[in-house]
Amino acid sequence: MSVYNQNRGGIIQIIIGIIFTILIVQLISLQIFSSKYKLAADNNAIYRKIIYPDRGIIYDRKKKAMLENTISYDLVVIPNEAKGVDTNMLCQILKIDKATYSKRIIEAIIKNTRVKASAFEPFLSAETYAQLNENLYRFPGFTLSERSIRSYPYNTAAHVLGYVAEVDVNFLQKHAAEGYEMGDYAGMTGLERFYEPILMGQRGVTRFLRDNKGKIQGAYEKGIYDTLAIAGRNIFTSMDVEVQQLAEKLLQHKIGSAVAINPKTGGIIAMASSPGYNPNLLTGNQRRKTIGRLLLDTARPIYNRAIKGQYPPGSTFKPMGALIALDEGLITPDYGYNCRGSYGACGDPRKCEHHNPGHAANLQLALAYSCNSYFLQVFRMAIDNPQYHNAKKGYLKWKEYMNAFGFGKKLGVDLPSENRANIPDTAQYSRDFGGAKYWNSCYMLTLGIGQDRMTATPLQLANAMAYLANSGFYYTPHFVDSIENEDEEDKLMLEKYRTKIEVTKIAKQYFDVIKEGMHDVTVIGTAAFIKVPGHDFCAKTGTAQNPHGKNHSLFVCFAPKENPTIAVAVVVENAGYGATWAGPIAGLMMEKYLNDTLTTESKLKAENLSNVDLMPAAIKSWYVRNNKTEMLTPFEYNNDELADVWDMEMLSEIAPTKLALDTPKKMDTLPVTPPSKPVPSRKVSKETALDPLQKKKKVTAKKNGKL
Amino acid sequence: MVNYNNNNFSKGTDFAVILLYVIMVAIGILCIFMVEYNPNLNWSNSFLTAKTNYSKQIYFAIFCAFIAIFILLMDSKVFTALSNVLYVLGILLMLATFVLGKDINGSKSWIPIAGGFNLQPAELCKIFTALILAKFISKPETDFSKLKSHLIAGAMIILPAILSVMQHELGLALVYSAFIFAMYREGLPPIILVVLLSFAILVIATLLLDPTILSIIISVIAGLFIINLIKKFKRNKNSILVIISIWAICFGTIKYIVPYMFNNVFECYQSTRIYSMMGKEYDCSQNVKSANKTTVNKKAARKPDDYNVKQSKIAIGSGGFWGRGFLKGTQTRGKYVPAQHTDFIFTSLGEAFGFVGTFIFLGLYLFFLFRLIRIAERQRSTFSRVYAYSVVGIFFFHIAVNISMCIGLFPVVGIPLPLISYGGSSLLTFTVLVFILLRLDADRQMVLR
Repeated sequence: MSVYNQNRGGIIQIIIGIIFTILIVQLISLQIFSSKYKLAADNNAIYRKIIYPDRGIIYDRKKKAMLENTISYDLVVIPNEAKGVDTNMLCQILKIDKATYSKRIIEAIIKNTRVKASAFEPFLSAETYAQLNENLYRFPGFTLSERSIRSYPYNTAAHVLGYVAEVDVNFLQKHAAEGYEMGDYAGMTGLERFYEPILMGQRGVTRFLRDNKGKIQGAYEKGIYDTLAIAGRNIFTSMDVEVQQLAEKLLQHKIGSAVAINPKTGGIIAMASSPGYNPNLLTGNQRRKTIGRLLLDTARPIYNRAIKGQYPPGSTFKPMGALIALDEGLITPDYGYNCRGSYGACGDPRKCEHHNPGHAANLQLALAYSCNSYFLQVFRMAIDNPQYHNAKKGYLKWKEYMNAFGFGKKLGVDLPSENRANIPDTAQYSRDFGGAKYWNSCYMLTLGIGQDRMTATPLQLANAMAYLANSGFYYTPHFVDSIENEDEEDKLMLEKYRTKIEVTKIAKQYFDVIKEGMHDVTVIGTAAFIKVPGHDFCAKTGTAQNPHGKNHSLFVCFAPKENPTIAVAVVVENAGYGATWAGPIAGLMMEKYLNDTLTTESKLKAENLSNVDLMPAAIKSWYVRNNKTEMLTPFEYNNDELADVWDMEMLSEIAPTKLALDTPKKMDTLPVTPPSKPVPSRKVSKETALDPLQKKKKVTAKKNGKL
Repeated sequence: MVNYNNNNFSKGTDFAVILLYVIMVAIGILCIFMVEYNPNLNWSNSFLTAKTNYSKQIYFAIFCAFIAIFILLMDSKVFTALSNVLYVLGILLMLATFVLGKDINGSKSWIPIAGGFNLQPAELCKIFTALILAKFISKPETDFSKLKSHLIAGAMIILPAILSVMQHELGLALVYSAFIFAMYREGLPPIILVVLLSFAILVIATLLLDPTILSIIISVIAGLFIINLIKKFKRNKNSILVIISIWAICFGTIKYIVPYMFNNVFECYQSTRIYSMMGKEYDCSQNVKSANKTTVNKKAARKPDDYNVKQSKIAIGSGGFWGRGFLKGTQTRGKYVPAQHTDFIFTSLGEAFGFVGTFIFLGLYLFFLFRLIRIAERQRSTFSRVYAYSVVGIFFFHIAVNISMCIGLFPVVGIPLPLISYGGSSLLTFTVLVFILLRLDADRQMVLR
């Protein structure tokens, strides 16, 4: 047969060889060149149980805990094991219906698969917890898992402290290298964010081997890869809870911000931004309800105006302008300007608040009376300084001074997302005025009185006061004084807050003149009626024009005059004169800090001030339109009287005839009038409209429903 | 060891094959042990109690050793003499399963015998088919260059295959295609291999590509051929007909045969597996069988069909170059690979010993197969040679399909890895196959049969 000439056995061997080669090639590709299978195997079989340490606590300067950890319980379910559950009872305890039950089980499966535990109902109330715990045997597959959440015993400093929240996909992408996982909690804003690595501590990981049904088989590799949880470290801040609370209280029903710094250390004593919110509203099960509303609120309660708000400093800038001119040798403290109520050297005359001759006979007087003409002149002299030949160079020098004072740059406070505000650079002017050659000091004249394009954050304003108070240096403003068990790395991080920043070399005598002038402000000048019992202090008022409506009310100060220990800046948006609104707030804050308490008179003043409503009309009408009256300032949750005021408004909808609201205009005419004044009349009208008992019910019902 | 002078049966026996056989069985028991190992149980105890699969496999191995010795002591003439009877017996047994059959994993191919053990006649039938094929081809009156002989041989092979399909044992049925090696060796024209290969390529192409595109490609190729050979046609008008008929067959395959196969011949899950191999999804609603089934009993959706392959690939892939170490494979320990002690036994090896392990293991198999081919080629009798090539074919088919399936090169079909996979029937079948060959080989000097 011809078959035997063909070596068909050989061909069969070749076929076998080829097939085996294909198998080997595939094995090479699987076992040598694909790393994903190892990962997939680990994902399958290694169950990492993460042990969360307690987060560090943040203390104020008197070692009061501004936030604490409390235990909250989650109801956790493993869908695969949830068989034979007494759903009726469970739904009854949780107050959900069966459809919700199945929906949540499905959500849990989608989120974490059938065999892993997912939260069924987070943050149980104490009552629900007790009920569930008692009946847990009826709900196989359900467990109660403990978790630590933040609580804020003083209900204060929400913006500074920030909040902790579950990480989302975005966060995970941004912090890919830091080992966060879905379901972790991390500081999102404020100090919680900035000091996250310290506060977080170190998570412990225990690895278990698990089988295809998700059952734990035992420790993986006898636990050699396991790590222990290390508790987060506490941090100690320079804040003063009481001053902070006072500042927030005083800023109620206003839009604005107050910052107090200890010039000796740069430590921030208080930083308030209004409207704010109660930090407790963003913990636990409150968060879900609150966060959306806070984010949508037109007054932006989450926005920290103290480091992000940009305000024209207005007259509060004047001491700095004078300092520049003094240092450049353009004026002496005796320099005077003959102001007749306006400044006309640049054509279009600029108004000054004072007409009497001699109110700007020297620097001290000009500061005390806040003479616009004087400082416009001084500014022009600085820009047109003959030493620099042209306005551009003069301006650059001026800007250099500004940056040295901490304006127009990020100070580097230990909070995320600080704003640098704005000191315009020459390029902006050159562009707008058609080239560097074409502009001179007249073009940006009002920079001299803190207007034009100059803006500063309240923090920068306070820092500039600290600079003046220290006669020529400041420390980068910061909150954290020290960290528990500070190590070398921490020291390196805090180094920047412990280093004196002394860019300028301005003679002390010039500072003394400025201080005298600012002291005069509080004695004979624009802030003469503001007193801090037992202390002399230096201050400057500011009333800044702005494109958003009424003038901003600003006030900067430091105290005591000799050896200052507190520097304050207060901004109240669209409120009017600096001395009227911002001034008293700053004064009370200083009094509280320096004397540790307020006099009875001051207390009354503080009470009245806190009740004044200076919300711009636009924002108020937004609240009315959106029926979100209860959102106004969440501080008022702690303040029953004020809550009543807003309840009144809600009820006014029930009695349509009484819809007319207090317009802000009306408020303007009454300087320090608590808004509760018109209330009694309304109360009567309402009580006539509704049975009092019924009304009370309605109010509480509404409150409960919305809070 | 064995004394040549005193012991008759050792004479001429190929000890290399026996050694390889023993190594393989030992590796198999080791692999099953890895799969079953539970650190919480005292394994030395469970070896004796026959409650775990590896201890059962040891008993199977011991039993097989007796069978092997028994076969080696037999007269080699028995096999030729009994081949017809055995074949008929095998077919009857397979038919008996339809009556006595026990349902294991959805296939009714097992006959329960004493002691809780089950017998799978389809496995044994492989041996009988090998014997009868050898007998048929070796008959002096058979001229295996003729089509008629091919058809008869094919019928012998296809009968048990069809019965296997009816028992829902597609894998076992496919094994019968392994006899093509022996038939090819004995004179099957190579053109049949080429045609079968082309058909396979066409089917795969149909699954991978859009039918319309494929039809266009086929038509274009046919067109090119016609244009190229246009001068030839003037002399030989038949070739144009040949090209056109080939084109028509291809077209028919794409358009009708492949869809028919998947929708009417295969079960839904089989079609799904094959489609998922190609990275595609199969719509079960087209499947006639599943349509019938769902009307009868509505079964809940099962795990996605590529779950096995995925886990199997993870297990093998996670082994890396050196492997994760003996008993350290997490896929194996966590029982992530279904049917790991039987059809997916290769994964435990791949995970524990990595590429080094699998490479050596495949090397052993290759050596084993080449050794068998060498034995086959040194036979003087056609019977022995045909039988030897049948054994080579069966082994090769099992190895290639099983490992391809584990590493994702072939759809999942229930085919055990010879000598390694857990299972008494399977081990017994391969033992008998090998030792009959060794017995025949020992008598290779004897007269032609």
